[in-house]
Amino acid sequence: MARTFYDEMYDASGAVRPHYQAFSRWLADTPEELLAQRRREADLLFHRAGITFTLYGDDQGTERLIPFDIIPRSIPASEWRIVERGCIQRVQALNMFLGDLYHDQRIIKAGIVPAEQVLANEGYQIAMQGLNLHRDLYAHIAGVDLVRDGDGSYYVLEDNLRTPSGVSYMLEDRKMMMRLFPELFAAQRVAPVDHYPNLLLDTLKSSSPLDNPNVVVLTPGRFNSTYFEHAFLSREMGVELVEGADLFVRDDKLFMRTTSGAVQVDVIYRRLDDAFLDPLAFNPGSMLGVPGLLACYRSGNVVLANAVGTGVADDKSVYPYVDDMIRFYLSEEPILKNVPTFQCRKPAELSHVLANLEQLVVKETQGSGGYGMLVGPAASKAEIAEFRTRLIARPEAYIAQPTLCLSTCPTFVERGIAPRHIDLRPFVLSGKETRIVPGGLTRVALREGSLVVNSSQGGGTKDTWVVEDSSC
Amino acid sequence: MLSRTASDLYWMSRYLERAENLARMLDVSYSLSLMPQDGRGDGLEELALPLLITGTLDDYLERHGPMHAERMLNFFALDASNPGSIYCCLQAARSNAHAVRGRITADMWENINATWLEIRGIAEQGLGRYGISRFCEWVKERSHLFRGATFGTIMRGDPYRFIRLGTFIERADNTLRLIDARYEMLGEDIDEVDGRPARSYYQWTALLRALSSFEAFAEIYRGSPDTRKVSELLLLRADIPRSLRACMDELNLMLASLPGDNGRPAQRLAAELEARLRYTSIEEVLDEGLHAWLTDFILLVRQLGQAIQSSYLEVA
Repeated sequence: MARTFYDEMYDASGAVRPHYQAFSRWLADTPEELLAQRRREADLLFHRAGITFTLYGDDQGTERLIPFDIIPRSIPASEWRIVERGCIQRVQALNMFLGDLYHDQRIIKAGIVPAEQVLANEGYQIAMQGLNLHRDLYAHIAGVDLVRDGDGSYYVLEDNLRTPSGVSYMLEDRKMMMRLFPELFAAQRVAPVDHYPNLLLDTLKSSSPLDNPNVVVLTPGRFNSTYFEHAFLSREMGVELVEGADLFVRDDKLFMRTTSGAVQVDVIYRRLDDAFLDPLAFNPGSMLGVPGLLACYRSGNVVLANAVGTGVADDKSVYPYVDDMIRFYLSEEPILKNVPTFQCRKPAELSHVLANLEQLVVKETQGSGGYGMLVGPAASKAEIAEFRTRLIARPEAYIAQPTLCLSTCPTFVERGIAPRHIDLRPFVLSGKETRIVPGGLTRVALREGSLVVNSSQGGGTKDTWVVEDSSC
Repeated sequence: MLSRTASDLYWMSRYLERAENLARMLDVSYSLSLMPQDGRGDGLEELALPLLITGTLDDYLERHGPMHAERMLNFFALDASNPGSIYCCLQAARSNAHAVRGRITADMWENINATWLEIRGIAEQGLGRYGISRFCEWVKERSHLFRGATFGTIMRGDPYRFIRLGTFIERADNTLRLIDARYEMLGEDIDEVDGRPARSYYQWTALLRALSSFEAFAEIYRGSPDTRKVSELLLLRADIPRSLRACMDELNLMLASLPGDNGRPAQRLAAELEARLRYTSIEEVLDEGLHAWLTDFILLVRQLGQAIQSSYLEVA
């Protein structure tokens, strides 16, 4: 089957795109041996710095490196401005959707989103009903996953509104590129990203009505797969990194245990799922959370970022309605495209999906991290058969989408430089205003032909550049 | 700061200091074991001393049978299943650092992480191939580097103070134990036989070298080391960085500058111990009996450690 991929660096005729020309000249002038040496240096530095992640299901708790590719993903500034506006628009609409959902439910009454889609959803938290949040913000930090189809147009694959991760790699990758190849940054203007922690702290502070709230980062602990990022962000922001056991609730207020006694906490940037936050309110077996936290949250004495119950809006079964949300709340046309989605809970769409499994990507509505999905064109007959059974058993738990072509970017692999598929996750911060640092995290599927970019599935990362068009 | 963070910082530096002291212990014993033993055996007794000091000798005998030079050295230095080994101390230090990597500077973290990555390589090679003296040097050097990175980069706030507390509690304990063990080894030996330096000369010299205090000793006393002079130097002199007095001065200073009232028991005890050392002469120590005095002080330092633990690191 002939499929055309959009390549970030080369156009269809094989010529270098304008915004890659400076890089391409540099690449041609740099001996391959030097590049290989710098790659080894990068590995060593990442290892030394302990910039690692832990794989779930690996009992050894081995700390692994996320493969870093030295060829950057570059986006011209004019193109970036569209992506930026599109992401901001989307996250604004999603925040309004969440506020509406937990209050008047106008969008349900208007018949745009079916009630059973949201109210029966696992991500919907009844405890949030009627609760007023400062600035009506739910998803203070969002990660929007974007891919490009064969013609180069951007599609939103999913909106991560719970605890999106990866921003530390965006920052560390840039630091590494500047260290290894400073000459590249002298040759062209790349928009800086290293003020992200600053914006994040600003966003977290503005999530509280207090003037100078005490902000902390809540981590499940150092065996969590993204512990590095929690430690990294708390350090960069200069705030405490706490675990559940460091916190306690007294008189509906939240305190942390310090060497000079109890100190009140006002804002929690939590990197812990809803279910683990409070053993009294959610999962009683959770050792990670703080007993009484939800009551304290409900009485307005502490802010959680992101809010409880955002999962209902990034659920894959709600995803098909985001375009309508944008029109409903903002009276605007969506700037970024949604991938056409078949909802398997609808019998007509299910039968279409079952008839075309070889061409489709099937995902669990609640899934993330690349676990529990089927990529039809890359799957074996046995895998397809297995998924068919699962689909028939629980159609409502799945959606299906056409297999996107996913753009490629030249990448260093064992045998020199070859194109590999990539995606893009910009991080959207919502506080007093909605902001994005230029770029985001580019993930790359290192296996030839693979479309799965998740680090848990062998994906790597690339530095992401937004370059001024004038410097092309 | 968070009690848990304070605890991790404190134990990180304790374990690192312990690793350094273990290396110093190993260094002195190893070099003495290579000396003529005057018919007192084959040097195994000397090699067993570090295990005896750290209370791991029984464990060794149980698991590895009779004393054997190479096995003892390996058990003491690189055995991952011996919680008292240098290897395990560095592992514990790195693990504590990992838990607070957001509270220490990147220079500190990368340093301690690199130490951990390297010792795993050394363990794979084996101590014999790496070389014992070279290994001891390496441990000391890594500890120096970390201390330098700490001193040169971290803000002088509470984290810094808890790191220092860990270092000096551990060092005070180790200095006391090292002197005690060396003194025990000498037994009834007198310091000088017919005007000729006796075995004690080599013992004290090796100890001074292990504690990097030989140059200071030579400069201050201009003579050969004996029990009185060495004890005075390593217990009572404030200007010797590894002496008990220097450790207590630092502990007292750090504790006094910590905020809050939680720590009063620890602060009071540290001030008492500091005053006791300041106003004690070596004659009083020797009159009481060196071993008895050292044993007594080891207990006091342990009490101080417990007071720090309960005042700051476990508060509710």
